[in-house]
Amino acid sequence: MRDHLFEALRSHGADHVDIRVEERMVTRISYRGRTLEEASILSDSGGCVRALVNGGWGFASFNDLDSLQASVRKAVAEARYSSGDHLSLPEREPVEASVTSLPAVSISQVSLEQKKQMLDEYNDIIMSSPRIQSSHILYGDTDRTVRYSSSDGTYIEQKVPDLSLRLTAIARDGDEVQQSGVSVGTVGDLGPVMMLHDQAHDVAQRAASLLNAYSLKGGEYTVVLDPVLAGVFTHEAFGHLSEADLVYHNPQLRELMVLGRRFGGRHLNIVDDATLPSLRGSYAYDDEGTPGQRTALIHDGVLEGRLHSRETAARMREPFSGNARAISYRHGPIVRMSNTYIEPGDVSLADMLADIEEGVYVKDWYGGQTSLEMFTFSAGEAYMIRNGEVAEMLRPVVLTGNVFTTLERIDAIGNELDMNQGGGCGKGGQSPLPVSNGSPHIRISRCVVGGR
Amino acid sequence: MERLLEAATREAEQAEVFAVRSESTLVHFEANRLKQVESRQSSSVALRIVRNGRVGFASAGGAIDVDRLVQMAVQTAAFGALAGWNFGGEEMLPEVPTYDERVVALDTDTMIGMGCRVIERVTARDPQLQCEGMVTASTGHVRIANSSGLDNSYHKTGLGVALEGVRVNGTDMLFIGDSMRSTHLFTDVDELTQTMLRQLERASQGAVISTGTYPVLFTPHGVGAALLMPLAVAFNGKNVLEKASRLAGREGERVFDVSLTMRDDATLGESTASAPCDAEGTRSRRISLTERGVVGEFMYDLQTAALAGVESTGSGRRADARSQVRPGMSAFVIEPGEATFEEMLAGIKEGLVVEELIGAGQGNLLAGDFGGNVLLGYKVEDGQIVGRVKDTMIAGNLLETMGVSVIIGNDARWVGGSLWTPSLLCQGVSVSATGG
Repeated sequence: MRDHLFEALRSHGADHVDIRVEERMVTRISYRGRTLEEASILSDSGGCVRALVNGGWGFASFNDLDSLQASVRKAVAEARYSSGDHLSLPEREPVEASVTSLPAVSISQVSLEQKKQMLDEYNDIIMSSPRIQSSHILYGDTDRTVRYSSSDGTYIEQKVPDLSLRLTAIARDGDEVQQSGVSVGTVGDLGPVMMLHDQAHDVAQRAASLLNAYSLKGGEYTVVLDPVLAGVFTHEAFGHLSEADLVYHNPQLRELMVLGRRFGGRHLNIVDDATLPSLRGSYAYDDEGTPGQRTALIHDGVLEGRLHSRETAARMREPFSGNARAISYRHGPIVRMSNTYIEPGDVSLADMLADIEEGVYVKDWYGGQTSLEMFTFSAGEAYMIRNGEVAEMLRPVVLTGNVFTTLERIDAIGNELDMNQGGGCGKGGQSPLPVSNGSPHIRISRCVVGGR
Repeated sequence: MERLLEAATREAEQAEVFAVRSESTLVHFEANRLKQVESRQSSSVALRIVRNGRVGFASAGGAIDVDRLVQMAVQTAAFGALAGWNFGGEEMLPEVPTYDERVVALDTDTMIGMGCRVIERVTARDPQLQCEGMVTASTGHVRIANSSGLDNSYHKTGLGVALEGVRVNGTDMLFIGDSMRSTHLFTDVDELTQTMLRQLERASQGAVISTGTYPVLFTPHGVGAALLMPLAVAFNGKNVLEKASRLAGREGERVFDVSLTMRDDATLGESTASAPCDAEGTRSRRISLTERGVVGEFMYDLQTAALAGVESTGSGRRADARSQVRPGMSAFVIEPGEATFEEMLAGIKEGLVVEELIGAGQGNLLAGDFGGNVLLGYKVEDGQIVGRVKDTMIAGNLLETMGVSVIIGNDARWVGGSLWTPSLLCQGVSVSATGG
């Protein structure tokens, strides 16, 4: 394949061309209640060519790998439409690398039947719990090999397995329907996913207890976020703002996101790190062949760095960070996060709760979205905080606010970091990209919580 | 494809092959200018078999190894879902005009011009606006064949323009946007431009609403953002079958306001969700979901219909060409009413107009909950739009909000190619606001 790719890159007439070729096998199993809804195996192979001509990009993706040369010509021709805004990518030393991850219990070692048996056990636990009407179980694993080569002589082959599982319990009482769920993910390692019996039990119990829970009266509260939800907050509310492709061409946003600007208290440190071992957002090289790395985004409350592709780094004259990622060969690489987290501070959870007379404790994620300035994310679980103690359970709540004021309102950062691997990120029509995010417990002095 | 069906039939009682090939051109805009021209060539095959009464499924994008694909399907059929149905045979399909040669012939320069025209006009009004978006043109061929003798195929084209404008002022950000999609050629982007200009105009001032319960006027975009997802969940035959939908068992009951008539209709032609048959070959037809507030049919595919003891409504959809069939929407239609937008506004003493939400669909969709953060919305005082609201959330429940006192606009339009809806004025929507 290596020679085949370099052959196609031999003559192109562009400033830069790269090719990604990908093979993928996906196994999916899903249940709705007692019914196995889906067991399928999906295979896919295809590739894409990206060409840069005088600042303009062309991109061609295809299933037909025999027409590689023609696709190169097509991408180069397409690039000419948008050329004119000169861009020279920084020179780099060509790399040749082959990267394989070795999970403890690899998805390819375990048969479809064993995977199904494992899910049967979880489903049994959920479905035999009191007041449970139905369940929803979604299991997916992916074996993926990506080969990257570029006109500057780089060739990288990476095996990137991925696994995700979501268990949802649906409880019903008359007209009242409530659900609760848990998501886990690994880098293709079935080991940790095989021991979720207690979680399955908890999810069922929680869904049932939601039927009797009170709805929160909407308004402003002091809110304590558990590490999972705080991680989602970090990703949604701040992480996306530090993606340079959103910023580089917009003079107002560049001013807003100028390095050195204060975003929070001195206790606030936010990092994106693709080099952490065995996390879903980790990688050796991004989809432009740049090594993954650790980037400090906020240091002591001040904006210190941002996430870049080769293009955005060149256009903003900042160091590149290796964050150009593509969900598949169907898409060009765009600036994405890897593993993003708030570094631990020194406040214990008990101390964080102690002086809250009335507030809300929110745990676990259900979803989240941002419009740069505003964020919304929903908690999987919510409880009132009364006189420094976690009190009664609440119906699902949604938190929202202005990113900038909310970061300033973080008034306590916990002392224990926990990384959440259950999520996927969506941007520019590319979803879900494996990422992870994390945080210790954090407290926001005032935050709008939606209730009904 | 014949070879695959043949090989699969040797291993199974029933087999179905779903094959798609398509080509598209995507023109991307960023920072008010052309960013990138992209092309996509795609081919894939999905194989579904019934073996020993159980469903097996495998699919392949790109190169297809027939024997391997059959073996993959056989492997999954060992414990697949029990098939309660037989694949349908040949039947007459409705004429659904999903193909327009002029879309195929559309050249890249024209597509670039369409995007540039919108951007020029909206940035002329507001030079600080930064626009991004896409113009896409696609052509494809779909073929579905099965062991019962069904062999359906159709050509399809699609043209879409979607643009978003962002204005950043310090930490204040304004988002506007609109899109048009059709299976047929259009080059007039004036309506889209006008929508964006109107949004700019209405958002030119800031306004504040205090926490409480208010009437909310959902524009067609707003209906798409807030109400479409819970509606799709409620009418999905699968959720009804599992009694997870709150509409389960309520056929024939007046659940929605008497002025609401809603259907799902894949036969409309111009909608990008149109097709003569669904993803398992069942003929498309108009599905009457709610007639004058009374719940009618739900949306079923073969499997769900068999379990529910009804017939498929032709609602078998695939998330993509390589995925399993599930029941789902095609084009969702809410029948327009009589009221003009201005008349609806005039009836609001204090309330909101909602155009776009973020974080919608995160609530309890099965319970019919909707809500989210108002990305674009305006405060109404004494029948007049006074300005744009920020830091404001709305929340409600479908069955309450659409249950009574809904006023239906006469301004129906396509939203994203698969929703045809007028503006809807709903009462008693919960609004949480901070004022900053």
